[in-house]
Formats: sequence, structure tokens, C-alpha cells
Amino acid sequence: MGYVAVKGGAAAIDNAAIFALHRRAGGPSSPLETAQIREQLHFAVDRVMGEGSLYAPDLAALAFKQAAGDTFEAAFILRAYRTTLPRLGYSQPIATDGMRAIRRISAAFKEIPGGQILGPTADYSLRLLNFDLQEESPERTQQMIAQLLKEIPHAKPLPRRFPKVVAMLRREGLLIARKPVAGNNGDPADVTRQALSFPAPRSARLQTLARGETGGLLALAYSNMRGYGSIHPVIGELRVGFLPVLFKNPINGLLESIGEILVTEAEVIARIGDDQGPAMFSLGYGLCFGHNETKAIAMAVLDRAMSGQAPEVPSEDQEFVLTHVDGIESMGFCNHYKLPHYVTFQSELDRLRKIQNDPRPEEDTCP
Amino acid sequence: MPLTTAMPTQPNLPSTHWRAGMPSARKRYSYAFLDEGAKREIRRKLLKAVAIPGCQVSFGSREMPIARGWGTGGLQLTLSLIGPDDVLKVIDQGSDDSVNAVNIKKFVRNVTGVPLTTDTRVATLIQTRHRIPEEPLHANQLLVFQVPIPEPLRLVEPSERKTRRMHAEADYSRMWLYLYEDIVRFNEITVGARYPVMVNGRHLMDPSPIPRWDVARLNQSEALLLFCAGREKRIYAIPAHTDVEPLSFEDFAFRVENFHGHCCSRCGCAGSFLDEVIVDESGRRTFICSDTAYCEKMRRRGAAADAAQEENR
Repeated sequence: MGYVAVKGGAAAIDNAAIFALHRRAGGPSSPLETAQIREQLHFAVDRVMGEGSLYAPDLAALAFKQAAGDTFEAAFILRAYRTTLPRLGYSQPIATDGMRAIRRISAAFKEIPGGQILGPTADYSLRLLNFDLQEESPERTQQMIAQLLKEIPHAKPLPRRFPKVVAMLRREGLLIARKPVAGNNGDPADVTRQALSFPAPRSARLQTLARGETGGLLALAYSNMRGYGSIHPVIGELRVGFLPVLFKNPINGLLESIGEILVTEAEVIARIGDDQGPAMFSLGYGLCFGHNETKAIAMAVLDRAMSGQAPEVPSEDQEFVLTHVDGIESMGFCNHYKLPHYVTFQSELDRLRKIQNDPRPEEDTCP
Repeated sequence: MPLTTAMPTQPNLPSTHWRAGMPSARKRYSYAFLDEGAKREIRRKLLKAVAIPGCQVSFGSREMPIARGWGTGGLQLTLSLIGPDDVLKVIDQGSDDSVNAVNIKKFVRNVTGVPLTTDTRVATLIQTRHRIPEEPLHANQLLVFQVPIPEPLRLVEPSERKTRRMHAEADYSRMWLYLYEDIVRFNEITVGARYPVMVNGRHLMDPSPIPRWDVARLNQSEALLLFCAGREKRIYAIPAHTDVEPLSFEDFAFRVENFHGHCCSRCGCAGSFLDEVIVDESGRRTFICSDTAYCEKMRRRGAAADAAQEENR
């Protein structure tokens, strides 16, 4: 007999974990500090917070470190932690026109009230490998920042509040009216407590997209932009900035700010439609944690794509979109195929052999 | 939305604490990991599932520290049902020592402290992936199945909206047609594991990817059979003593896997589901029991019988 049933699974698991640790931290370089990750790999941290659905920069940095840079895995670790936290209550809705913006652009108009604010972006930089970073000098970085601040000493501080581009269009009657987002009972849905059912209320759709995996959202939104769909988006406004989180004090009932979160918000103006009265532009909305413009735009495109009447392409079918964009679920299921499937495979083998009329493999018989 | 102002209260815990021996970071988690609200919801949904045998009930599936698709549904049921008096057995593809089964067992023990067993007869709660133990279950046992795809109609209809309607109308014609067309094309039904079954004459149900060999054990079971898909957020159940029938035609019977007279090369028994094992590069095969605990029991029984024979000689 050439086979011994697999034993010692527990020891194998422990050893595999130590091998993984060795892979991440066994090299000669010094260990990463989570503060370094939070500051210097901020896009990764933001992505993990968004997909992990928990605004916690330090914990996201820790998860990213633990996952050795795998954003799927890091978001999963953060999501699994999130689910153990007690739910103390719900914050109040936030009006995003009060955002403390660090970046704000519109592709629809050349000039907008409040101005186009480019802010921190690599959009217009040449994507050339910067070999200087191989030996980055903090002194030189400080020098460049000081120089920048010296050259723009008279820049006006940003206004407290920027008017919304889409609000102006709406006032002119060019944009369809705001639609209610709530579920049947008037409250927003909570997709972490209630499984999605279809058609899903818009609040459930937006929540699911906001937790969605960036690449997954992008692939589906891109399919719509490219030709499998036709919403023809124009970015009415894209904002990156800080929003206060307001919570009603359960004792005295007063609204209190309990902190700020960095978010990216995209409002895309889409194709003219007349399915709800006179011809008007329609709107798609995207908002996600942190600075993640690709995700916010893709989300807005999908929000608009799913709001049509009869879906004709995958990105317009809300069941198709919403059940496939969660990174934790799709990644988990994809990887579960690594688990042994020999019982099911045996069952399939039996079927094929029966069909091929080749019922018995050549081998040993009963003693 | 309900506003909870207080943290869930901790019950008074005995001094031989389940937390003893847990890494310090884990001490923050409650008994059986899930918060009491989650457990309560899952138990309530289970009651509904038991009341409508074979009907899928949606629930607010929580994220678990193991990946989606790796048993998060089964694990949520186990954690919602388990208590200090339980004895737990976890199997994966019939094996107690498969890495995923070991991982799940280790986790449940860490957060509850319950004793573990490999003995099917001793366990009060058995979590399984893709098998039903060979030894018959009894009335005081719960069998929890990990389910990847809870919808039997997914084979013929991808949309959840449409399959829900088909269940509501008990319209299973497309499934019957699928099986019929299989017979026309292949002169055989090609469904291997995950064979669709009719529960209580009403709901078509996915029995999870158990082999056809195990399907008969679902019928008139002594134990309560519970199914949960974490990723797809569905719970369903087969109460004890419920009729469960595989879909079959009058003139084309349902058939289980055929091992063509092979028997287990470890314990020698011929009446269990076998794993086919490739022994060398020439493709030589041998067969062993898929249910490792059963195999071990049979092997010991065989050895004891041999010893007794030896003594009598």
C-alpha cells in the first residue's frame, strides 16, 4: 500500500504560517512600521479601508503589513475584525457640499464657482520610473516642499464650502430630481444585517458598491464605458476631502462631531433620458473611503447603469453587478477551489466512466 | 434604525474559563466568537428553516476569520448552536485531519473550549464539508453542512430573482428537463455530487456537494440536518423524519457511485464510500475509505477480531 491517510494537519498549518512569516519578514531589511505604511502607502491603506468597510487607517496599515501587501487579504482581515465590533448606533447623514476639500475638479465646465482645485494628483505627471527614490533623501524632499510653499506664499486659503456643480444643473432643470435612496420602511438598508434581495433599494446598491473591490468595480464599469452599455458619463464633479462624522449624543440628543473621514466623491452626469417625464440628464453617484478616484468614478458609472428600466448588458443588471463586486466574497470563493475536492471529483469520475463505458480502473481487488 | 447604547452584557462565566489558553488578543471576543445578536438572528432563521423543510432562508451572514467559501456558513451555524456540553467533530471530505477541518476545529475550540472528537457516535455536533459520516446518526446529534451554492436551480438559471419565483411556484420543470436532456445526450445523468433532491414533496434542495452515495442518508434521518451558505447568505434545514428523494424518472433510476467491487485497502471494508488514490506514475490505483474515522474504527475492529482468532487457535 503506497498511501497513508493525511495526518498531522495541525502541525502543517502552524508550520505553513511560520513559512509565510519567514517570507514576509525573514529578509535582511528592517521591519516596516505601520506609520510608514499609513503615511507613505496611503492609497493602499485607503483601498483596504474601503473594501474592508471600516474607516481605521492604523488598523488598515497593520492589515496591509500582515498581508504582505495583498489588498484582498488585508481588506479581508479588516472586514473580519469589523464584524466583531459592537454596533453602537448610526451616524447622521452628511451633506457633502460641506466637505473640506483637498481636490475638486469638474470635467463638465471649464470654470466652476469656487474654482478647479487640482490638489495632490499624479494625473498629469509622466509615468517615468523615478530612480531618485531608490535612495530617497528626506532632506531633499523637505527642501522641495519648502520651495513650493515659498513660491506660493500668497495663495488664498480654500473656501470652507464649494457649491455643487450638479446642484446648479438641477436648479436649471437639466438634471432629474433627486430620488429617494431608502428601503421600504424609509430607513436606509443595511447590507451587513440583511442579505440582498432584488430589486435592491438604492441605499443597498450604494453600500454594496462602496464596499466593492476596486478592480471588480472597474472591470464592470469599464465594460459599460467601452461599449457593453451606453451611459456616456461626464464627470460633473469629483471631490476628495474630509467630512465630519456626526453622531447624536444618546444622552442629551445633541449632534456631535466624533471625527473626520477622508472620502472621494464622484458625480457623473449621464446620457439624456425621458423615462421619468421630460428629457433630462441623469446622474450617477459614487462615494468611497479614502482617496480612490478610480473606485468612486466606477461606482458612479455603475450606479447610473443599474438605474435603468430593463437591463440589456451585464453592468446594467443589478443582480449581476451587486453579487459579483465584493472582493472578500469573490476572492474567498476563488481560492476555496484549492481545498480538496476529491470526493466530488470521485463522483464526477464515476459519471464519466459510466458514460464512456469504461467502468473499472485497472487495479487491486479485494483480499 | 435601532440605536443600541449599551455594550452587550457578558454572562457570568465559570472560573474554568473558555478563554484560558487563548492568545491575549482573542480575549476580547465573546463566547463562540459571534456576538449574541448575531447568534440570536441565526437561531431564529434556523427555526424558520426547520419549519419549512428545504426552503432557503436568507440571513445577515457575518464575515468570519476564515475565508468566504471555506465553511463560513457552517461555522456560523456551529458557533450559534454550540454550548459547553457539546462534543464537536469536524470533517472535510470525510476526513477529520484534513487541514481545513483542523483549522475550523482549532478555531471553535479556541473560542468555546468544547471537547473535540473524531468518533461519529460520540459527537453531539458535527460540521461537515461534502460528506455524511458512514455510521448512522442518532436523534441527539446535529449535522451542519457547509454549502458553497445553496440554489439547486443555479444549474439552469443564474438569476436569483427568477429562481426565487420558480421555488415559490414549485416550478421545477427546467431541472427535470436538464436531467432528461442529459439522458438523451449521454444515456446517463451527468450530475456527480450535489445531486438535487426534493424535500418533503415541496422544495427542491441542494444537498451541498455530497456524493450521491450519501443522498439516501438525508431521507428519514434521525438527526436534524442543517445547511448554511455564508457567502450566499442562506440557511436551510431537513428536520428529522422528513422525506427526501433524489430527482429520478420512473424508467431511469437514480444511481449512486459504483466502486465495482473494490474495497478499502486499509480496513478491508466494502460498504463505504471510497477515495481512489493514484499510487505511482504508472497510474496504478488503490482505494481507501473517505470517512477516516470510520476506517480507523473498522481497522481496529478487524485487528481485534484477528487477535481473538489468533487466541482461539
